[in-house]
Amino acid sequence: MKKAELMDYDKALELFEPVLGFEVHVELNTKTKMFCGCANEFGQGANTNTCPTCLGLPGGLPQVNAQAIESSIRLGLALGCEIAEYSRFARKNYFYPDTAKNFQTSQYDEPIAFNGQLTIELESGRLVTVDIERAHMEDDAGKLTHVGGATGRIQGADYSLVDYNRGGVPLVEIVTQMIEGGEADSPEIGRTYVAAIREIVKALGVSNARMEEGNVRCDANVSLRPRGSNILGTRTETKNVNSLRSVEKAVRYEIQRQAALLQAGGTITQETRHWHEDTGITSAGRPKSDADDYRYFPEPDLVPVAPSREWVEELRATLPEPPAARRKRLQADWGFADLEFQDVVNSDLMDAVEATIAAGASAQAARKWWTGEVARLANVAGVSADSLVQPDQVAALIELVVAGTLTDRLARQVLEGVINGEGTPLEVVEFRGLAVVSDDGALIVAIDEALAAQPDVLAKIRDGKVQAAGAVIGAVMKAMRGQADAARVRELVLERAGSADGSAE
Amino acid sequence: MTNVTKLTAAELSELLTDRSVSSVEVTRAHLDHIAAIDTDVHAFLHVARDAALATAARIDARRAAGDELGPLAGIPIAIKDVLATLDMPSTAGSKILEGWIPPYDATVVKRVRDAGLIPLGKTNMDEFAMGSSTEFSAYGPTHNPWDFDRIPGGSGGGSAAAVSSFQAPLALGSDTGGSIRQPAAVTGSVGVKPTYGGVSRYGSIALASSLDQVGPVTRTVLDAALLHDVIGGHDPLDSTSLTDSWPSMAAAARAGLADGALKGVRVGVIKELNGDGFQAGVSQRFTETLALLSAAGAEIVEVSAPNFEYAIAAYYLILPAEASSNLARFDSVRFGIRVNPDEGPLTSERVMAATRDAGFGPEVKRRIILGTYALSAGYYDAYYGSAQKVRTLIQRDFEAAFTKVDVLVSPSAPTTAFKFGEKMSDPMAMYLNDVTTIPANLAGVPGMSLPMGLAPEDGLPVGLQIMAPAKQDARLYQVGAAIEAMLEASWGHTLLSQAPELAPNDMFTSTEGAV
Amino acid sequence: MSEITAEQVAHLANLARIDLSAEEIDRLTTELGQIVDSVAKVAEVATPDVPATSHPMPLTNVFRADVVVPSLTVEQALSGAPDRDGDKFRVPAILDEE
Ligand SMILES: [Mg+2]
Ligand SMILES: [Zn+2]
Repeated sequence: MKKAELMDYDKALELFEPVLGFEVHVELNTKTKMFCGCANEFGQGANTNTCPTCLGLPGGLPQVNAQAIESSIRLGLALGCEIAEYSRFARKNYFYPDTAKNFQTSQYDEPIAFNGQLTIELESGRLVTVDIERAHMEDDAGKLTHVGGATGRIQGADYSLVDYNRGGVPLVEIVTQMIEGGEADSPEIGRTYVAAIREIVKALGVSNARMEEGNVRCDANVSLRPRGSNILGTRTETKNVNSLRSVEKAVRYEIQRQAALLQAGGTITQETRHWHEDTGITSAGRPKSDADDYRYFPEPDLVPVAPSREWVEELRATLPEPPAARRKRLQADWGFADLEFQDVVNSDLMDAVEATIAAGASAQAARKWWTGEVARLANVAGVSADSLVQPDQVAALIELVVAGTLTDRLARQVLEGVINGEGTPLEVVEFRGLAVVSDDGALIVAIDEALAAQPDVLAKIRDGKVQAAGAVIGAVMKAMRGQADAARVRELVLERAGSADGSAE
Repeated sequence: MTNVTKLTAAELSELLTDRSVSSVEVTRAHLDHIAAIDTDVHAFLHVARDAALATAARIDARRAAGDELGPLAGIPIAIKDVLATLDMPSTAGSKILEGWIPPYDATVVKRVRDAGLIPLGKTNMDEFAMGSSTEFSAYGPTHNPWDFDRIPGGSGGGSAAAVSSFQAPLALGSDTGGSIRQPAAVTGSVGVKPTYGGVSRYGSIALASSLDQVGPVTRTVLDAALLHDVIGGHDPLDSTSLTDSWPSMAAAARAGLADGALKGVRVGVIKELNGDGFQAGVSQRFTETLALLSAAGAEIVEVSAPNFEYAIAAYYLILPAEASSNLARFDSVRFGIRVNPDEGPLTSERVMAATRDAGFGPEVKRRIILGTYALSAGYYDAYYGSAQKVRTLIQRDFEAAFTKVDVLVSPSAPTTAFKFGEKMSDPMAMYLNDVTTIPANLAGVPGMSLPMGLAPEDGLPVGLQIMAPAKQDARLYQVGAAIEAMLEASWGHTLLSQAPELAPNDMFTSTEGAV
Repeated sequence: MSEITAEQVAHLANLARIDLSAEEIDRLTTELGQIVDSVAKVAEVATPDVPATSHPMPLTNVFRADVVVPSLTVEQALSGAPDRDGDKFRVPAILDEE
């Protein structure tokens, strides 16, 4: 795959106005598939979750999953959509080996949700409102593996293998209206929009929202309009861009590629393009053609979906606070600076921090522990921070620090113990014997020993050279194996040095 | 001992219940008869001799053990090849499914098995149920037991021929535009298309989803009712299945056998489904039947259904459109045959196209292309969209008619059985044959065909079609049984008793059981 | 007379994934023309005020509870496959990318 000629980004924006559009597919986390009772599970043995219906066997018939309808309506509502009073499934007819019935059961002119909007906030603070044209339900295709050839890609493969486990998994496809005026922010709009969708479906609990498992997949439409023109350019549709960072990169790449091509007098082909995660480029796929005549018609094997207004209102009442509003509220409640808050959000730790604060920790301590030591350990282990330790454990740890039972250094050891499964922070403290020694008697014994061992230091302190106390404090801390509060040790050292004559000998 | 193959299912039920005969005896008698005559009739595509006898033995054992068994337990049944069966190939009469054994049973098949019936085998049909003559079966035509040179109707010619030649007392059929009723008419048997949604379509290889309905094929109205009671009722696997609780169809049929059952029944004669284009003998028997009905106290009312004129046009848009999509799954990936192109690279796309070219017969291709056209961009509104509006108008015609009458009647088919090849080269002529039966499918109402005599000019069976309002299938059985009794009383015998006795074919002596 | 052309039939055959021979296309062009002419009469009565009927029985909201039911075994699922590789269906190389 050769990298196309690219125009400098700023130059491209000088000459052209980018127009965007996104189609985001969200896999719902229902227990069963959209139209049959097979399990909706990721990572099972090939073709284990199949039946006559999702295998498209002769005689198989679909049955609509009630939970998928409910999740779709809730998602539609969360996107500010109207919910159709009457909605139908339709068949989208096309042949492809991963599509068992050779039609996708989707929705066409009667989607379950339509006319929504979603306001996203860019890093600059710029607010962009994305109009949602529709959110419709459909079933996913099976999974193809391409065998032979050099790359494992479809091109040059000798043959392909099909696993229909994912075939029939419920999807909601969210389609935006054209997004104009994005200008230089266009790539960031793409990333932020998909991040916002992801955040919403997670907050609703309707999807696992793991982009790496394909739970959220983005098709990005990009076209360029020459400055001063009001005619839309030809668009390309880059398929299956499956990470936030890639959405941003793919949009940017297409802007630069299309600009270079147009500037050189070329024309844009209306086509699907493939995103290559490894090389960061897009490549031409299938051009739009007559073969895109999908011959939609109402699915005769399914009856219309007509959600009552009462049901819709009941579902509306179950909506969580919109993630953007929640972020605003939490930042204010917690009193975090923008950077501090961004750190929490970008590390996906808002829920964890919130729960830790709810369990009694201060906001700053919760933030510091999660984005600091917990995140570091998670990074080492290659897992997400919130899967490493429970918020109430972190809160308990913080409580021990605040009470003076643990120093920060000790607390880090306790955290490791908790992660190792040694118990609660308190149990780890006891098990490992890590608590700060707060008994002055034991400290005085150690201090007096240290002073006696370093008479020159004692002399200096008595001469008023207080900074000389450091050597003694170090020796005491060492003797206490770190389990002492250094400030208290310092106080006691100075006190004992003052009265050391006589009593020390 | 009586020839048990000549008995009705209701009669067999009594003999089995009082253990005058065993299911094994009954089943073996039918299997032997199949072996004797089916090389000539070709009603069956597959006969499950060993499995049928084993099932029969199990039923006999259960009966001996005192198990509570349903009325049809132990009675053989033939199953149209459009239905998925776990232990028998299910080809829908198509090359593309040659040898395919489904990993599941259609709901109706499961219900038939659960009720203790004995599946004898799978019956021939027009490929994917597209046709009115069984000539479009990829496995050769079925012959009409009344005249081997004539068609047994279609698409369910195999099931109708099986029951009318006494190879099975009961059979399952499917009716998209008349595929149960028209074969019944031309073979002198009884067939019912239930209300749409009354019987599950799960496991029935779809032709046109919004029109298809599975139903009974038998020799008497009561037998059809008994079988309807077994296969009918809600199935959650079919989203278009009705949740209504249904009355016993058998009880309705028995009520129809009571004296005076036709008194006061308002019988509507559809003006548009008689006269021009109907064979003289068909019209004659129809007129005579109306006279008998009148004499039996029924009130004959002429009704008009002006939009029926558009029914065939609407049907031949809706059916091909839905079929073109339903048949897309035959792609050589998960089941069925795979055919490589003669030359050129072996790509998935080209192998699919070559398989579908080799695997589908001419009528299937014709309808897929027509349906693809009717749905394609720019044509949808004029064709498929308009056809669905006609559907509304036809439903309104039925509603209007049923405000005036209890049942509607017409001849089941415009002609008696035609000769092989007569309409093969002219698709429209073949399509026009369904003029009488199609409106019921478009509207979803139930329809029945039962014999009303032999046409004087050719001595072949003529069928009477009765239709009732949606969900009033029981009314169909009550009135149907009454008319059947009335006609048989007027003849002094059953119609099928007039059918020619079929001689054992040559195969019988040499290889018993082979068909 | 309708305006069905051989090119149109060839295009439809391509959409329907049927590798029709030239003779088949010719024959179908004639037949399809005749059939289309006679079915076009539906437009005569399909006026804008008439609603379309897609299902003969007016049901709505038929749903299934989100409860897992046993699937086929892998062997059952693959029992009819013309070609397989382990537990997967095997198909020739795919050229026409979606
Ligand atoms: Mg889609
Ligand atoms: Zn399934």
